[in-house]
Amino acid sequence: MQMPEPNTAILARKDRVVARLRDVLPGGAVISDPAETRAYECDALTAYRCAPMVAVLPGSTAEVSAVLKICHEEGVPVVPRGAGTSLAGGSLPTADCVVLGVSRMTQVLETNYADRYIRLQTGRTNLSVSGAVAEADFFYAPDPSSQLACAISGNIAMNSGGAHCLKYGVTTNNLMGVTLVLMDGTVVEIGGAHLDAGGLDLLGVICGSEGQLGVVTEATLRILRKPEGARPVLIGFDASETAGHCVSDIIRSGILPVAIEFMDRPCIEACEAFAHAGYPMCEALLIVEVEGSEAEIADQLDRIIAIARTHDPVALREAGDADEAARIWLGRKSAFGAMGQINDYMCLDGTIPVSSLPEVLRRIGELSEEYGLGVANVFHAGDGNMHPLILYNANTPGQLELCEALGAEILKLCVEVGGCLTGEHGVGVEKRDLMLHQYRPVDLEAQMAVKDVFDPEWLLNPAKVFPLTSSEARRMAAE
Amino acid sequence: MMKPQSEAELAEVVAGANGPLRIVGGGTRDVGRPVEGEELSTSGLSGVTLYEPGALTLVVRAGTPLGEVEAVLAGEGQRLAFEPMDHRGLLGTSGEPTIGGAVAANVSGPRRVQAGACRDFLLGVRFVDGAGRVVANGGRVMKNVTGYDLVKLMAGSWGSLGVLSELSFKVLAIPQAEATLVGRGLDPEAGVKALSVALGSPFDVSGAAHLCGGAARTQVRIEGLEASVAYRRDRLKELLPGFEAVEGADSAALWAEVRDVAPFAGQAGAVWKVSVRPSDAPGMCKALAEGGLAHQAILDWGGGLVWLLVPETGDGGAAAVRGQVAALGGHATLVRGSAALRNTVPVFQPEVPALAALSRGLRAKFDPRGILNPGLTG
Ligand SMILES: Cc1cc2nc3c(=O)[nH]c(=O)nc-3n(C[C@H](O)[C@H](O)[C@H](O)COP(=O)(O)OP(=O)(O)OC[C@H]3O[C@@H](n4cnc5c(N)ncnc54)[C@H](O)[C@@H]3O)c2cc1C
Ligand SMILES: Cc1cc2nc3c(=O)[nH]c(=O)nc-3n(C[C@H](O)[C@H](O)[C@H](O)COP(=O)(O)OP(=O)(O)OC[C@H]3O[C@@H](n4cnc5c(N)ncnc54)[C@H](O)[C@@H]3O)c2cc1C
Repeated sequence: MQMPEPNTAILARKDRVVARLRDVLPGGAVISDPAETRAYECDALTAYRCAPMVAVLPGSTAEVSAVLKICHEEGVPVVPRGAGTSLAGGSLPTADCVVLGVSRMTQVLETNYADRYIRLQTGRTNLSVSGAVAEADFFYAPDPSSQLACAISGNIAMNSGGAHCLKYGVTTNNLMGVTLVLMDGTVVEIGGAHLDAGGLDLLGVICGSEGQLGVVTEATLRILRKPEGARPVLIGFDASETAGHCVSDIIRSGILPVAIEFMDRPCIEACEAFAHAGYPMCEALLIVEVEGSEAEIADQLDRIIAIARTHDPVALREAGDADEAARIWLGRKSAFGAMGQINDYMCLDGTIPVSSLPEVLRRIGELSEEYGLGVANVFHAGDGNMHPLILYNANTPGQLELCEALGAEILKLCVEVGGCLTGEHGVGVEKRDLMLHQYRPVDLEAQMAVKDVFDPEWLLNPAKVFPLTSSEARRMAAE
Repeated sequence: MMKPQSEAELAEVVAGANGPLRIVGGGTRDVGRPVEGEELSTSGLSGVTLYEPGALTLVVRAGTPLGEVEAVLAGEGQRLAFEPMDHRGLLGTSGEPTIGGAVAANVSGPRRVQAGACRDFLLGVRFVDGAGRVVANGGRVMKNVTGYDLVKLMAGSWGSLGVLSELSFKVLAIPQAEATLVGRGLDPEAGVKALSVALGSPFDVSGAAHLCGGAARTQVRIEGLEASVAYRRDRLKELLPGFEAVEGADSAALWAEVRDVAPFAGQAGAVWKVSVRPSDAPGMCKALAEGGLAHQAILDWGGGLVWLLVPETGDGGAAAVRGQVAALGGHATLVRGSAALRNTVPVFQPEVPALAALSRGLRAKFDPRGILNPGLTG
């Protein structure tokens, strides 16, 4: 992984920068001791690490603004950070940067059930947003699997989604407004408690911009009333392709499940061994969840089961009660942990048109054989967001590189069939250099033009998203 | 008039333009500050390029008539869930609204409050920027976080960043059934309260509007499988005492009326579209009336979208309406007004300086010569 060389002139200014930061932040909020900055050296993509020059943990928008103003004046790059659960190296520091963490900014500022929104500081974790409105039977819909840990700030920057976004959409569909601090310290309010933008949809661009356009300190999120109930059905097939066809048929039929999850045999076996959820041993499993009242749930599940039967399922299990429902989800929810128990793995994140599912699964199987590395598949099938897990042995020299090469082939395959390189984890440093497989230079040029406007000196979250060769001229000019 | 027949030709036309261009889809609206410029019609860029009902995706050229898009989808039992309005009635225009025009204006109907806006269903765009470059962003899959989301930026940009050439959408099935609960004679406050109760219920309400005035009508819509609609209809009736259920085509007619702002169609006056916090809407209308601005109001989106019909005298209510928005937060757009009025009051909500600078910066990047619908957005 190539990162820009640290700027020695900046490193030479470290003492002054630290002193200035201490002037505007309370004691303890500026971390400059190399032993302590280590804690910020990577996110959940732990293969790449680099301790930052300084880390700061401001407590308010005003403090964030003060920090950015100083960094702007000193020409110091800034890497915004939420909880550090990015799987794409989105919050990977450079040695000459200030990591700006919002983990101390966790207050709920306002809840409004009549108008169905919550306003909060963005360091708050995803799951605790639903927690904050649970007493009124409301919830916040986007539910990344990392929701216990990840922060709303990271969700906004990565436009995160989860199992239930087939029905409820991802972060961008549930975000109404943000307080954004620009690199020069200017504070702007974009959107708010009303729907849709008055002018250009800047909110839409901020969401998913991977911390490169500004630091998001507060957010207004849509909250929804909880449905009366939800229940899954588990359907097993003797071929992955068949499961793929079944997904298409369910979607075509006009039923809108809240989730359709897919697991293939290697994944089923690993999960079963780990979680003992009682899964049937077969080539592919679907978990389809629907919502509503008891009668509505029963009606929808009947229809889904009727569709499934036309594909000769080898197993069919309807959850009779909450316990059985929990058991159906148990295996799926422990999939990543289970795979980690038996093997090192690399988790990919690509998206494909649902109709290409059978073909893509077949070709992943072929590639897996060609490279001699196992691939387990577990993913959000309803919206085509795949997470192939490539199994390898980290201790065997050369396997990581082989694994990366296979990963790149699979992601290119996703693009080839009309999909994209990342459906929810983001580009970060991980997929930066694959961007030219999905976009032409002119397309990236248009995206970089947006960065030019928000962050003319290219100081925010350096060397992410765009291939280094594409952004080189801009980064040089800015130095 | 220029009418390119392909994206490549469109790019040539824009690159070769030596003056301002007035971009026209169906030309069914005449909104924004009137644009002086050579007409550039997108109607030559028409037709569906890809439709996969099983993946819920449609890719279509921007100049395709909305009616054609809707017919193609209906053939497979699907639709554009964001319910784009036909505003020929309101604006007294003729022509065929295009899908590109709907996207350029981010046209979202009553289902906005549940399903999302036009921009939420837009998966990918291709457009020609002001320098004549063909740019693609997004794609045709529902989840995509590969780079910056210019798709959203293009929706609602009113042709000021680029001329859209091709669009991809997430579409949804036409539900088996719909029903609407209708309450009559409520004042706006009670009406919005009822809408909030419905939207705060677990019954998945897909439309919530209140038409003010003498024959006040408060309406709440549910859609889905037949049995499910029947169940939720009965539960909502318990929550909304005095409301009566209307089903099927009668229900659909009630929503077409709200979607197209039909009550204002034949009446003279300026029309404002205001977006505020739903519970602020009744107070805002009251304050406007007390401040001397006679008006009629339709409250959609649970009260969050307020359509106002006001006399077209003086500033057409601009100072009063914008004053309210300044106090409450939100934004106001003058959707209907004479050219003279639109030339004197800002049609779109003026932005605070820091945001205006960002918008200006983006326009300068995407349209360096300032030739795309110059001045339209103020
Ligand atoms: C086990 C596991 C499961 C996961 N499952 C999912 C899943 O189901 N769906 C999914 O979408 N993702 C998933 N992820 C990925 C990750 O959790 C998400 O990307 C999440 O949104 C990151 O949030 P964070 O707070 O940890 O952000 P970080 O890792 O701290 O940062 C992520 C990005 O956000 C930027 N950022 C952070 N804070 C700010 C701010 N205040 N202003 C501007 N930019 C900021 C950073 O610069 C970086 O680019 C998973 C990760 C793990 C480890
Ligand atoms: C201020 C305003 C608010 C509105 N609000 C709503 C609403 O809330 N809900 C609703 O349902 N409807 C709304 N409408 C109606 C909506 O604008 C029309 O349905 C739609 O614009 C009709 O398409 P058309 O092809 O006739 O557009 P046209 O009248 O031809 O064009 C509309 C606008 O889009 C631009 N444009 C057209 N095609 C392209 C293209 N291919 N690329 C770039 N720019 C293009 C034009 O320059 C023009 O500015 C609103 C209209 C206006 C003016």
